[in-house]
Amino acid sequence: MSNYWPIALFFVIVIGFALTSLGLSRLLAPNRPNRVKNETYESGIAPVGEAQQRFDIRYYTIAMLFVLFDIEAVFLYPWAVVYDVIGIYGFVEMLLFIVLLLAAYAYAWRKGALDLG
Amino acid sequence: MLPLTLFFLLFAAVALFGAVMVLVSRNPVHSVLFMLLTFANVAGMFLLLNAEFIAAVQLLVYSGAILVLFLFVVMLLQRGERPLPALTQPLQAPVAIFVGLALLSELALVVLTSNVGGGTRGADTPEAIARAGGNIQALGSQLYTTWLLPFEIASVLLLVAAVGAIYLAKEDI
Amino acid sequence: MAEFLITLLKIFIVFGAVLGAMAYMTYFERKVLARMQARIGPNRVGPWGLLQPVADGVKLLTKESPIPANADKWVYLLAPVLVFVPALLVWAVIPFGPGFTAFGERISQSIANINVALLYVLAMTSVGVYGIVMAGWASNNKYALLGGLRSSAQVVSYEVTLGISLIGAIMLAGSMNLGDIVEAQRGTWFGFLPRWFVLPQLLGFALYLISAVAETNRAPFDLPEAESELVAGFHVEYGGFGFAMFFLGEYISMLAVSALASAVFLGGYLGPTIPFVPAALTGVFWFAAKMAIFIFFYYWLRATLPRFRYDQLISLCWKVMLPLALLNILVTAIVKLLV
Repeated sequence: MSNYWPIALFFVIVIGFALTSLGLSRLLAPNRPNRVKNETYESGIAPVGEAQQRFDIRYYTIAMLFVLFDIEAVFLYPWAVVYDVIGIYGFVEMLLFIVLLLAAYAYAWRKGALDLG
Repeated sequence: MLPLTLFFLLFAAVALFGAVMVLVSRNPVHSVLFMLLTFANVAGMFLLLNAEFIAAVQLLVYSGAILVLFLFVVMLLQRGERPLPALTQPLQAPVAIFVGLALLSELALVVLTSNVGGGTRGADTPEAIARAGGNIQALGSQLYTTWLLPFEIASVLLLVAAVGAIYLAKEDI
Repeated sequence: MAEFLITLLKIFIVFGAVLGAMAYMTYFERKVLARMQARIGPNRVGPWGLLQPVADGVKLLTKESPIPANADKWVYLLAPVLVFVPALLVWAVIPFGPGFTAFGERISQSIANINVALLYVLAMTSVGVYGIVMAGWASNNKYALLGGLRSSAQVVSYEVTLGISLIGAIMLAGSMNLGDIVEAQRGTWFGFLPRWFVLPQLLGFALYLISAVAETNRAPFDLPEAESELVAGFHVEYGGFGFAMFFLGEYISMLAVSALASAVFLGGYLGPTIPFVPAALTGVFWFAAKMAIFIFFYYWLRATLPRFRYDQLISLCWKVMLPLALLNILVTAIVKLLV
């Protein structure tokens, strides 16, 4: 715990820097908004409709797989750190773990979850 | 001890604030951002408990997972549309009340039966963890020897989750 | 109290050094790109154009930044900060040298020495993506939204390989503390090759480098910005200092992943001693030199390679790099058992 307070201090200083510089630029920069200036950019024509609309995300199966593989990676870190200590025992159990995950991976590949649209 | 208590109060207050805002925000994307705030503060609380590995994992995994949640919000909701227009399932409200009460009583049970503030119990005292070379070393040597079975079961769970998600996603198209 | 003041001093030194390095990275980039395209690059402000970054900074600070109509104002304003802050926070755990003794006290050359440093760096980079995605969403601009969504596609692909590619090196060092990882690379293989992890972990190194380019949204994986198709992607609606924050964040992240690559694979601050110079300073020198190689590599890529299409980018990651990263762990594990 005692190793972490410098990060907290750094965090406060960085946030302070970010907010002061943004505030400073607000003071120094002109601020004369008008309707046309505030329009969003759309290749020079007037914007059509809202941008925040429902959007078909083709890679959503990949996004779900990502969460699973992220968790898998988390199990690998402590294993890698203590691998010297647990040796062959650790090798076999991680092999089992990864083989089970590769089964999911192979299923995803075959079902076309890794392809877009 | 005092600064730790202050930090705990800070993290707890911000985490609670974020959690409440997740519920009351009208805009689902704001809810997603408040959720990130809550989880970041929970990570801070783990740090206060000397669980640095869990803290880092909390931040790493949940920031990724919440990003995926955001993608689903963009994919499924129109702007201005209420996230849940109406409770469409007639059973939803009674089931929700039941599950909520069950969770609350479980929490109450844990709080009442544990000795909060009574210090660490068992062999994993801070000194033992320091002897093992740190948090990750202690965790690793426990997880991959004593708790081998739960670890392998976790991989089966991940497999089931992956297959289930892909099956649901790819069958109905 | 003394410890507090030393830490404060370290923070200001690191902060200043990183911001200064970032400013001259932009100058260096323009010069390198210009030379690769048979141009001269900035040469008007100051001798050889050396004051160009200062001029750019002043200009960005004094430019108007209108908030687009219908934008989600708070998220729009928060997004640049969310990119900039995590990018800088990474630097808290980077060791710049072996440490030194002054006034009878041992002083380490990193702001914070923590055991989960590698995970901390990965967590910070994954939080930084929120700024990009949120900027794209909050701008209420179609190009920006596409840029933000592309960025998230990139993250859900490359974050996994970025993390897994480092595991071989963690196995060799037996630690996730960056200082320990660097110290584990002290000495030589066979008496003449430096004991850097790039040699036994060549595959891991290559995978890390590719994932890092994708994670920092640089060419050829610069899809979230993609000037020629999305006109600037997620930051198309930003001007003035909001834009500058994104710029700062992107370059500081590039520098940070380069620092991580130097520390984990190229022996960090280790290098030949220079006569009459203390080890603490030669460490900083070698570390900076190694980072500069990676930065040049970034610019070289940008000048050479065309942009990927995003389905290509996703299948490259999931169908090629992820299996290779797991293979790397397997081979490392077997070799460690045998040796």
